[in-house]
Amino acid sequence: MSAGRGTKALGAYALERLVNAVPLVLGVIVVNFLLISLAPGDPVTALIGEFPAPPEYVERVRAQYGLDQSVPERLARYLGSVVRGDLGFSFANRQPVLDLVAQRLGRTLLLMLTTVVLATFVGVVLGVWAARRPNSAVDGGATGFALAGYSIPEFWLGQILILVFAVWLGWLPAGGFRSIRAEYVGLDAVWDQARHMILPVLALSFRYMAITTRLTRASLLEVMNADYILAARARGLSERRVLWEHGLRAAALPIITVIGYNFSFIVAGSALVETVFGWPGVGRLMYDSIFTRDYPVLLGILLLVSITVILVNLVTDIAYALADPRVRY
Amino acid sequence: MTASPPARSPGASGGDVVLELRAVTTEIRSTRGRVRPVDGVSLTVHAGEVVGVVGESGSGKSMTAFSVLQLFPTKAARVIAGEVLLAGRDLLTLRPEALRRVRGREVAMIFQDAASYLNPVLTVGAQIEQQLQAHDMARGAQVRVAELLRDVGLTPEVAKRYPHELSGGQCQRVGIASALACSPALVIADEPTTALDVTIQAQVLRLLARLQREHDLALLLITHDLGVVAEVCDRVYVMYAGQIVEEAPVERLFAEPQHPYTQGLLAGVLDLLDPKPIQAAIKGSVPDLRDPPSGCRFHPRCPHVMPRCSSDVPPLVLRGETRSACWLHDEADASQGTPT
Repeated sequence: MSAGRGTKALGAYALERLVNAVPLVLGVIVVNFLLISLAPGDPVTALIGEFPAPPEYVERVRAQYGLDQSVPERLARYLGSVVRGDLGFSFANRQPVLDLVAQRLGRTLLLMLTTVVLATFVGVVLGVWAARRPNSAVDGGATGFALAGYSIPEFWLGQILILVFAVWLGWLPAGGFRSIRAEYVGLDAVWDQARHMILPVLALSFRYMAITTRLTRASLLEVMNADYILAARARGLSERRVLWEHGLRAAALPIITVIGYNFSFIVAGSALVETVFGWPGVGRLMYDSIFTRDYPVLLGILLLVSITVILVNLVTDIAYALADPRVRY
Repeated sequence: MTASPPARSPGASGGDVVLELRAVTTEIRSTRGRVRPVDGVSLTVHAGEVVGVVGESGSGKSMTAFSVLQLFPTKAARVIAGEVLLAGRDLLTLRPEALRRVRGREVAMIFQDAASYLNPVLTVGAQIEQQLQAHDMARGAQVRVAELLRDVGLTPEVAKRYPHELSGGQCQRVGIASALACSPALVIADEPTTALDVTIQAQVLRLLARLQREHDLALLLITHDLGVVAEVCDRVYVMYAGQIVEEAPVERLFAEPQHPYTQGLLAGVLDLLDPKPIQAAIKGSVPDLRDPPSGCRFHPRCPHVMPRCSSDVPPLVLRGETRSACWLHDEADASQGTPT
């Protein structure tokens, strides 16, 4: 931090960004709401099932959930309740949406944060390694790994991992959040949880490791050609210090940006991975809600995802401002 | 090649030889071929002496400067022959760690575009402190940084600033402070004022000249600006197409340039006191070094070209206080009947 800027300015900036996000979130709610009301399928049919119910009964259920009203009326009511902190009631789960989503959000965040940390760590280490010896075997390996990471879809990788490590080798559980049959306490419980996380985290993080590896390599290679790297060498700094204190410090800027950017995609990826591994998180809930036309839950999840993305963007921008003294805010 | 015996340089100040380049050749390899931007260059710098290297863009003067510490803007460049003697020790034979200890401590560099030679995400103070740490001078580094900044006409408060918060002139002052940080024996300045505004150029140049005197530095100054040469240099080497074509004490060079290339360079300088029309200085441009001209490399552009110029390479020959590489002098000497 230079003398002219302090944490106070940064705090004011964050607050301003948060205030500005409010209309954005409202817009997101409206668009999501309209999109869902355009989507095919009828929650009442999904609720009653493929049962030839008398039309009067169908109408009664429809009225009971307020689905007989026009779209603008329903939107107005939904917005009104969201502002009061009420995300509605789940048709399918017979539970307030907020409780339902909040209970599962923690599990998804556990998966996502672990993924971000792992992908960033492995990606940066591999990227630096590759950039130090461009066109070497290490570099070729890292590039091949990155290509594979880009090309392999998470859900396919997840299934292959289950097949290899759970079915064939039997090393790790095929899915679930923790062991249901045994009751673990203390460290055993942590280990049990970790064992259940390994495969989903691997499946989810592979792509982001690849992206981070490639970006770190490219960014570092570019930075290491900069004039100030030559100058740092001319001042007698060792190659190690040139790399870590000058190179990576400057190369970190695009890496920070892409980590924030990845986060939004990891949200989407986690829906697929949670489905494959039966991980009872928000992604899995979203998948189920789409099938049961459980619109309030779907809307609630989309809202929370939007807020998460906006917050992560804000955190990214703040991290960027801290890392790059040239950024003005 | 112009390699000549390491004779006592003319006009030398008499101090000890700090730096001596002997027939240094630097090569850049690329997919398009091999280029030798520095081809058999020999030069000496004595203690307390300011030595200029002048030439057009592409003459190899900056690559000569980079060859001393073997730090090049491109990985494809390498010194392939010759000796770089710093107080008698050949830097070309040093192991990487020993060479690192020379860089920034015994030999420091000042670069052209100072702002781009400072890391934008580190404060300037941190960058000078790193240099002190790298040479085991971490103790009292902050005090030393403040002292250095004051020495180059900046306030110690500048240490907390980032490069983008400083002007080009201030950045170059920081560059000079960093060069002086470890009290080096030799400073190599590569076009230190070229990227600056004219008024700032004069300030920075005066600063450099003052510090050189105060610290009794040996200074190797790379420039294309003959005004700069006239102002601060004691002795000058003129480079053309990777080779040295003339060497002279600065006043001799301006009074009586011997090589046609030097004459052309000087003719290109506007003389305000003698407002005759400027002559077209030198026709054509620097040759492509992938395939340098045969014989004297200047012969395709030389106004006095003779048949032998395209076949034989002229050696550097001492006449008076000037050494130059041109067959014309041979002809002149021959016609006067005096053997060289």
